[in-house]
Amino acid sequence: MTEREVDVVVIGSGAGGGTVAQELGALARAGKRILVLEKGPRFSEEDFRGRELERAAALYADGGGFLTAQRTITLAFAHAYGGSTVVYTGTSLHPPERIIRAWDVPGIEHADVVSRSRRFAEENGVHLLEDDLLNDNNRLFRDGARAAGYLPEQFPLNLRGCKGASLCNLGCPNGAKQGTHKVQLPAAERSGVEVVTRAEVLRIEDRAVVARVSDRPPGGRGEPSNWQAGEYRIRAGIVVSCGGAIGSPALLLRSGFGERLPRLGEGFTCHPAHILVAEHARPITNFVGHPKSFYVDRAAEERFVLETCMYFPVTTAKNLTGFGADHSRLMLAFPRLQMILVLACDRAVPGNRVAVDRAGNPVVHYEFTDEVIGGLVAATRASARIFFAAGAERVHAPSADPPLIERAEADRIAERIEARHFLPGRISVSAAHLMGGCGMGRSAADSVTDGWGRVHDVPWLRVADASLFPDALEINPYLTIMALADRVAEGIRKDAGELLGRRAGG
Amino acid sequence: MSTDPFFLAPVRSAFRAVATTVVPEAAGLDEGGWAEMEETIQSQLAGRPEGLRRQIRLFVRLLQWLPLFLHARRFTGLDAARRTAFLERMQRAPVTILRVGFWGLRSLVFLGYYGSRHGASATGYAAHPDGWGAGR
Repeated sequence: MTEREVDVVVIGSGAGGGTVAQELGALARAGKRILVLEKGPRFSEEDFRGRELERAAALYADGGGFLTAQRTITLAFAHAYGGSTVVYTGTSLHPPERIIRAWDVPGIEHADVVSRSRRFAEENGVHLLEDDLLNDNNRLFRDGARAAGYLPEQFPLNLRGCKGASLCNLGCPNGAKQGTHKVQLPAAERSGVEVVTRAEVLRIEDRAVVARVSDRPPGGRGEPSNWQAGEYRIRAGIVVSCGGAIGSPALLLRSGFGERLPRLGEGFTCHPAHILVAEHARPITNFVGHPKSFYVDRAAEERFVLETCMYFPVTTAKNLTGFGADHSRLMLAFPRLQMILVLACDRAVPGNRVAVDRAGNPVVHYEFTDEVIGGLVAATRASARIFFAAGAERVHAPSADPPLIERAEADRIAERIEARHFLPGRISVSAAHLMGGCGMGRSAADSVTDGWGRVHDVPWLRVADASLFPDALEINPYLTIMALADRVAEGIRKDAGELLGRRAGG
Repeated sequence: MSTDPFFLAPVRSAFRAVATTVVPEAAGLDEGGWAEMEETIQSQLAGRPEGLRRQIRLFVRLLQWLPLFLHARRFTGLDAARRTAFLERMQRAPVTILRVGFWGLRSLVFLGYYGSRHGASATGYAAHPDGWGAGR
């Protein structure tokens, strides 16, 4: 095993790790050695072309097919220079005050979090898409929502030069999306931070990590690692885990922190989601143009959020309920399909958690609560109303049996879409807003870290990603992750003298 | 490209019978089309544990033999309407593991069919990296 020594090692390079890397740039410029270890490769825009499955296999954990232990939810998260910000649609919202207040974490104030997230929104070029760049899929949602009595709002997006490829979830082939791979990581590297890709951290030891660097597989996408393949033990004064809501708790658990941190892995939430489709009589622009420009936020009132979306053939086929002739008919109507993503606002409940198997691999346990099922059913009903108000001929609703609802049945939506049809396994549920597992709080009795991401009683170990959320955020989490990671980096800068100085003195 | 034999080869006829029930257009595939579909599925599962492939194979066997108790015929011996009715029973089964197992298998069929060039293009989906500039 090769031995290395740095001052700070950051594990992961997504919204959390990329932000920490940039915000520790001042330490790097002052001569401290800051190292980022990223499990995935560094991709070029050229890698974001080609077929759906090849790209999904290169970017996503298990090719996008990572399942919960119950095999009832597909969890989407990426491994890449930039983490999941590479496959994100770029929606950039600030956290709701009621959520931050309910978290009740000492030191975490809504105004402070928003002030930080606003800074990153500006840095990432967040803006509203111009009206002439909106496609029919988004316009129909906006107009249908208004007609059905909902309040559609436009998503601020972190785009620069979007060409409307509609391929955001497979990586932008035009480099328009301003994820950490485009903004924070390059800035960090300009400051002297080293980023090593294809470097999987196997475990954390006392002020050290053990990582395995892999060669690029034959025919694989992305650049080779900048380090030679092999195992490394990297000593560091400070270790920052930014592996996301599955990666961070799993890493800490397999490193033996579970005994002293009884809440480690607990409190996992994910905004369980359905993809709904509706068929129009005429072709609409759907797979051209930015896919996600509008949303309806009913989180506080009805426990759901609706968002526009547009997915790819395999993802769409998998997410429709059923099979056979009706399923095929919808698939063959792709150019006439409108899509809505419905997300339930779940809560941290006992039992929904991240664990590890004997080999140390993450295992996510998740059971649907009645409230989540109720949220998804209410969201599906609302979406059906919006689809029909937008002129759709028929709507595909997972929690209806049969799932196709014809326009003639539009006045029977509540009757047709019911919780009793929500049968896990019959219907597809997916999630990409993965949160919790290393929640912030007061002590090890109720949490894993404090409000600065400091792991309780382990001052050299920090967490800076969505796993910090004590409960679901109820909006897209990207900017809030960056804001919290910025706080963690600030804490590290404050503590660097003591922690790195002590280490330097032996 | 994987050089291993297709992991569902021992239950190929039952798998194809399920696949053509899940995606009726798959009945029109020639041997080259089936080979592409099998290769797509094989490569997607290449990095996954062997136990998963074993479970899928076992589930296909279960689907092949279970109709014997209901219809006195194996799945491959049923006509198209009975195959559909049987799989609909599976996706509404009171036992979660049956529903989840069928969901997983149908997902693999969709992956194999719509992940192929022919299946994807037949849907009319034609996203282009140049987006609005692609001249549609």
